[in-house]
Amino acid sequence: MFDFSVFTSWLDAALLSVMPGWLTILVECVLVALGIITLYAIFAMVMIYVERKFCAFVQCRLGPDRVGPWGTIQVVCDVLKMLTKEIVSLRKTDRFLHALAPFLVVTASMTTFACLPWNKGAQILDFNVGVFFFLAIGSIGVVGILLAGWSANNKYSLIGAMRAGAQIISYELSIGMVMLTMICLTGTMSFSEICQNQAEGGWYIFRGHFVALAAFIVYLIAGNAECNRGPFDLPESESELTAGYHTEYSGMDFGFYYLAEYLNLFICAGMASTIFLGGWAPFVIPGLDGFNEVMAIIPGFVWFLVKVFFVLFLLLWERWTFPRLRIDQILTLEWKYLIPISMLLLVLMALCVSLGLTF
Amino acid sequence: MNAQDIMFVILAVFIVCSAFATVISRSIVRAATYLLFVLLGTAGLYFLMGYTFLGSVQTMVYAGGVIVLYVFSILLTSGQQEELRTTNLKKTVAGLVIALVGFGVFASVLFMYGFAPIDFAASSFLASPDESVISMDTIGTHMLSTDKDGYLLPFEAVSVLLLACIVAGIVIARKR
Repeated sequence: MFDFSVFTSWLDAALLSVMPGWLTILVECVLVALGIITLYAIFAMVMIYVERKFCAFVQCRLGPDRVGPWGTIQVVCDVLKMLTKEIVSLRKTDRFLHALAPFLVVTASMTTFACLPWNKGAQILDFNVGVFFFLAIGSIGVVGILLAGWSANNKYSLIGAMRAGAQIISYELSIGMVMLTMICLTGTMSFSEICQNQAEGGWYIFRGHFVALAAFIVYLIAGNAECNRGPFDLPESESELTAGYHTEYSGMDFGFYYLAEYLNLFICAGMASTIFLGGWAPFVIPGLDGFNEVMAIIPGFVWFLVKVFFVLFLLLWERWTFPRLRIDQILTLEWKYLIPISMLLLVLMALCVSLGLTF
Repeated sequence: MNAQDIMFVILAVFIVCSAFATVISRSIVRAATYLLFVLLGTAGLYFLMGYTFLGSVQTMVYAGGVIVLYVFSILLTSGQQEELRTTNLKKTVAGLVIALVGFGVFASVLFMYGFAPIDFAASSFLASPDESVISMDTIGTHMLSTDKDGYLLPFEAVSVLLLACIVAGIVIARKR
């Protein structure tokens, strides 16, 4: 399997030979940031197209089909439209917080995006506490949503923000609990080690058998709620709140929320595929060496993207199948069902690991 | 000055400016937002020192937890753009005295610490980050051990505090 760190260490050495240390770090940071932003934008556009087509498929419609073959250029046109739209500034609002809020949301989203392991040796942020860092940075996005709702001085925005706050804070608990369950099994919090372990010993969803499978299902439910997506899209329920917390935003300020929503979905799927489905690790069956070698030829980022789009398919399926819940039903689902289930899963996983029942 | 020193200066200026903005700001939500920047800057300092666990805890507990609760409770209680009203003379004097006492305590702690004098000839003013980071296993073991470096008692005390909070929340929120 190709190790991407060969390229990065070569680049580092090449830069270090022509410029001082601090400038090297600066140049590398700028390069990495450009890479992240480009990938972020590209995947947002891909996701928007996939979502439209998938939604149309579920609802027996055609979806976008006019601009370009199968409507593929439609997304590009929409992005151009959003980039050139006027940003309306409102009176009687807190201008500073109103302008700041989308950046908080999109920064939190981009930082979590940088945690994803794309390939062997191609992690951008890889700490020994990677999973914990991921959860910590992800929790900043809520502040942006709350500030957006408050600073707009609009009651629909405020209600949307309150709902989003209550929902995201609640569902963060079961996401954290599920992650803890899997950390019991992995024994490490670093994303690179988690992937490496799975490349050597098989994916954790198989190694943790039924407990990991149940944790995966809980993660899919809580992940959809964490991204404010249906059936949990109460914060922006258009039939009652216009557009929820981003009602008063226009142009690219709104675009940032739009981007962050789709990319949060992508990140949610990426995290599920990293922790449960092996990240860049190929699918191997112990004993079948010929099969395993063929699988190892396929590069790591292809494996990662295939897994991410598989999980995305599951998440979109969930989103377009179920009708929207009420806010009390959402909170009941979390506090009375998902949290007890995920606590039970944590205990079960600890028992399995300590009794040596995992593979 | 190497990259680490430059980052330290940037973070320090950021923290100090945000801290001033926090106390000067008249709008309570803005003050909470500036406080978020102070706490994030502090987390940045921890990351600069190589203490990734502490940095993550700072981000999770303070930036993601405490600030969210602040903003949330401000939204729940006022909803309107609540300006902090100007204070009368008595409050001003009391605030001034408290601020001076606090400043005195911090200044005395700083001066009594006895920092090493700055060597301006050195290439870097800061110690390089500790690369041998403490593993999560060690932190977890210490957290739940009763040995010399164990933290089991504080850990359990915190959980009792949390239980008290949950019970209080249920008492307030239950239907009568």
